[in-house]
Amino acid sequence: SLAGLGNLMQDVLWCFSQVKGTIDVGVTEADIISTVEFNHTGELLATGDKGGRVVIFQREQESKNQPHRRGEYNVYSTFQSHEPEFDYLKSLEIEEKINKIRWLPQQNAAYFLLSTNDKTVKLWKVSERDKRPEGYNLKDEDGRLRDPSMITSLRVPVLRPMDLMVEATPRRVFANAHTYHINSISVNSDYETYMSADDLRINLWNFEITNQSFNIVDIKPANMEELTEVITAAEFHPHHCNTFVYSSSKGTIRLCDMRTAALCDRHAKFFEEPEDPSNRSFFSEIISSISDVKFSHSGRYIMTRDYLTVKVWDLNMENRPTETYQVHDYLRSKLCSLYENDCIFDKFECVWNGSDSVIMTGSYNNFFRMFDRNTKRDVTLEASRENSKPRAVLKPRKVCVGGKRRKDEISVDSLDFSKKILHTAWHPSENIIAVAATNNLYIFQDKVN
Amino acid sequence: MAAPLGTGARAEDPGQEKQDFQEKESVIPERAEEAKLKAKYPNLGQKPGGSDFLMKRLQKGQKYFDSGDYNMAKAKMKNKQLPTAGPDQNLVTGDHIPKPQDLPQRKSSLVASKLAG
Repeated sequence: SLAGLGNLMQDVLWCFSQVKGTIDVGVTEADIISTVEFNHTGELLATGDKGGRVVIFQREQESKNQPHRRGEYNVYSTFQSHEPEFDYLKSLEIEEKINKIRWLPQQNAAYFLLSTNDKTVKLWKVSERDKRPEGYNLKDEDGRLRDPSMITSLRVPVLRPMDLMVEATPRRVFANAHTYHINSISVNSDYETYMSADDLRINLWNFEITNQSFNIVDIKPANMEELTEVITAAEFHPHHCNTFVYSSSKGTIRLCDMRTAALCDRHAKFFEEPEDPSNRSFFSEIISSISDVKFSHSGRYIMTRDYLTVKVWDLNMENRPTETYQVHDYLRSKLCSLYENDCIFDKFECVWNGSDSVIMTGSYNNFFRMFDRNTKRDVTLEASRENSKPRAVLKPRKVCVGGKRRKDEISVDSLDFSKKILHTAWHPSENIIAVAATNNLYIFQDKVN
Repeated sequence: MAAPLGTGARAEDPGQEKQDFQEKESVIPERAEEAKLKAKYPNLGQKPGGSDFLMKRLQKGQKYFDSGDYNMAKAKMKNKQLPTAGPDQNLVTGDHIPKPQDLPQRKSSLVASKLAG
């Protein structure tokens, strides 16, 4: 069923489906999930973690015998994508944490994805092997060479079925192109190129060429003391292969057209919401920093996430967003402590559903929020092992801002700021979502009638 | 374009400004939070040059002992006291000389993800 098309928020009941990962008292840092992404059909779901590992889940075929299972996701492949490295020149460690995974559209039997850490992008091929050749003449089944003088007859090797094996192999390594830390990768709609963005520069790559990339954006000032903003996220337009956007730490978005110049330092469009200068505080710039930018599937809108809000911008209107949604405005009176514990720098992501009618983003206390753009209704849900009975309907949560706290509500001071939902993903066409809660991955689906 | 952090450029006259500020503090939670922060850290936002946050972000990453940096810092300091890690241990200045206590634990060896278990 098409996600959200004509649905009112209240008609969608989200249910627990699965949870992956262990219940540990202390979380091993390497197990912290750092990116989640469905592929273009929703058949595969990939996660990357701080330990540099990628785990890919595959949706099982729906069975007529068990219609209520609605296609669960099981482990398909797992591999070590990146390993810790050391920059000898600067005596700095390069983290193996996977910052982003992006799938390529499927063009043959194999699956391809890009995964990146702070410095290096890799193209991985994931393919199945379910047959193996048997009956070689010159070697036996263990692989040991046979003595040629002992061979009296010849046979033709045949392919025999074997247990399915899924192999992941690194096909390309795109290295040494970023001085600063890569925050985004985005596959172009031409399927031939992709971009990688770091704090100050954006590079364009051809999938076939690893020893060259084109620099298309460079905002590094001649004098670093004049640095006022950095690039925080970047993405290609879903249909126009010449168009991309990038967001900044100052809360602005620039749309660039690669046809106008080789170096896209001059934007074609500049999106910025005017700020009331009397509202300015020490925190204003920090909380306006955009942590994620995503095109709608239609290509008509972009969505941005800053610390307290999600905004939807119409590409045809640069002077203000068309919609602003408050994610957790009650945190405005907690900014001092959120600055002290560094939470104010947390980078939340945001996602569209398949029909662009609902948007989702994470918050603290393992809460995540959904906003229906048509009905203007919103809901807060929680990823928790307490609500993990199969097909249990998730109960909406509410944060009590002041005054009397009702029984089901949680007060702002009781929120657990170590439980942050930074990464979520929405199936491209169905109401299935994946929510990363630190080291656990939750999968929720809408209720089957 | 936004004003640099910590300078809070305002156009009103000082008397009116103080009254406005007090009113705004109760109206705007951010201002109250800002006052709290400035009370705790009076020197915040007064460093010259580029924004602290941005420089910190660009230099993110564990810095290890670098003999080149160490010797350059020693040469600069000459007879003065050598700088040790301040509260902001991760800010790479080149003058900061890490002590063994500042260095992180060795990473554990690579194991499979528990999500695949």
